[in-house]
Amino acid sequence: MTRAPVVALTGVRKEFGRGGVVALEGIDLEVAAGELVSLIGPSGCGKSTLLRIVGDLTPPTSGEVVVNGKSARQARVDRDYGMVFQDAVLYDWRTVAKNIALPLEMLGWDRKRRAERVEEMVGLVELTGFEGHHPWELSGGMQQRVAIARALSFDPALLLMDEPFGALDEMTRERLNMELLRIWQQAESTILFVTHSISEAVFLSTRVVVISRRPGRIAGIVAVDLPQPRTVETREDPRFFELVTEVRELLRAGRGVGAVDAVDEEVAQ
Amino acid sequence: MSTAPTAVQPLPRGSLARTVGRRARDWAPAAIVFVVGIAAWEGLVRGLDVERFLLPPLSDILQTFWEQRDTFVSAGLFTFKEALGGFAIGASAGILVAIVLARWRWLGAALLPYAIAANAIPIIAFAPITNNWFGILSPASKMAIAAVICFFPVLINTLRGLTSVQPAAIELMRSYAAGELEIFRRVRIPNALPYIFTALKVATVLAMIGAIVGDYFGGSDQALGILIRRSAGIFAFEEAWAAILVACVLGIAFYAAVALVERLTMGWHVSSRGSE
Repeated sequence: MTRAPVVALTGVRKEFGRGGVVALEGIDLEVAAGELVSLIGPSGCGKSTLLRIVGDLTPPTSGEVVVNGKSARQARVDRDYGMVFQDAVLYDWRTVAKNIALPLEMLGWDRKRRAERVEEMVGLVELTGFEGHHPWELSGGMQQRVAIARALSFDPALLLMDEPFGALDEMTRERLNMELLRIWQQAESTILFVTHSISEAVFLSTRVVVISRRPGRIAGIVAVDLPQPRTVETREDPRFFELVTEVRELLRAGRGVGAVDAVDEEVAQ
Repeated sequence: MSTAPTAVQPLPRGSLARTVGRRARDWAPAAIVFVVGIAAWEGLVRGLDVERFLLPPLSDILQTFWEQRDTFVSAGLFTFKEALGGFAIGASAGILVAIVLARWRWLGAALLPYAIAANAIPIIAFAPITNNWFGILSPASKMAIAAVICFFPVLINTLRGLTSVQPAAIELMRSYAAGELEIFRRVRIPNALPYIFTALKVATVLAMIGAIVGDYFGGSDQALGILIRRSAGIFAFEEAWAAILVACVLGIAFYAAVALVERLTMGWHVSSRGSE
């Protein structure tokens, strides 16, 4: 636990427009190597914005972002990020194998090395046999698995996932949660994961960061002490429910009194 | 680990015989309409004794074509070359300008309203002018008309294809530290291909129209448009119709050639998925 953090945020603030809405304020957060940290909060709380700031897709208004001991920009140039969005964002003109190979092509890997890695990744996300298929021939869950394989293919230091399972049905989502955990352990990756499902956050994470609404501040951080590896039984563990309750209460506190029911509804899905 | 991949298996690819059979079924209605249409033409024109200047029987037109096939074919090719040249110039200019406008958006914002306004101009009205510019007998004057007609639809469609990329698709490329050039090569241009081919198919037809109507305003004796105009002027209606038929066949062949290239380069595209 004494290794240098993969992500270190200090006093990050984000304003939209000139003197306009403050989306994020006073964000201090460290993510250690091998962690799976979830960001949770009501819609519009800036959790996706925070993820995009870490990934250097949008700059913070002030504050410091250090990734692997360098600036977020340098980390992006060094290709330290694997990104997965809510939409799989696969390129229709590329087959499954070629979608996974895209970052490898850009890194200048030769054909043979690419093919080997693609085979390995396809096995990891259990899509063997679908290499030659095009994205539109796959179900939503399979598309998202391709996106995860693509993000992991070049061994990025940090995987940034923005509600990757948000558009999927509950059953597919739970199955992919299990798969993500297996992949996370196998690949020994570090993951920053945005979600608005409390149970998903608790089930997956080593820590859950609860963000309050407008301006987005860290309302609290819940360390998830459920045993690893997580299994189907984890969801039935009494400790799981305690942690879910803890996160839910932090969300309520972050929202303020009087709008409790609205928070529950918003956060439930 | 346990349940994931067994739920869906790779789609079986149809056997060749099944594909051919399905194709035949798909095309049967169109083939029947074709045969019935031709029979009706021949039958009605002969049965009702329609005047020759209104519509000659198809068999007479085909016979006339056969007797003077060398003239028709060489006139057809002459005008087709005008159309092809105009198409090549207009379409490549359209694609290039679209790329420039997509790369530098402010330029697009400044110029696009005029491009759209210019698109509404009946360009064929300029045919007599281009005759003055490039010489009435020169194919260049017809190519100019065909090129200008092709330019706008290709420009506007290509631009739409280049710019209608999912924002996340661009962000993903940026997360790989891709520069503008690489984003163009790997995302914008492939994304624009279906739009470009749609425009190119429209442009084939427009190029033929441009070349033939360009001929109507005066041109070389060898041109198809001149042949149509002259034949109709001297009541040689079978000749005029035979020349029109040649124009139709060339136009359809041109369109089909581009459609074939589309199919070969874009097997992935939604429109090629078939009916499953």
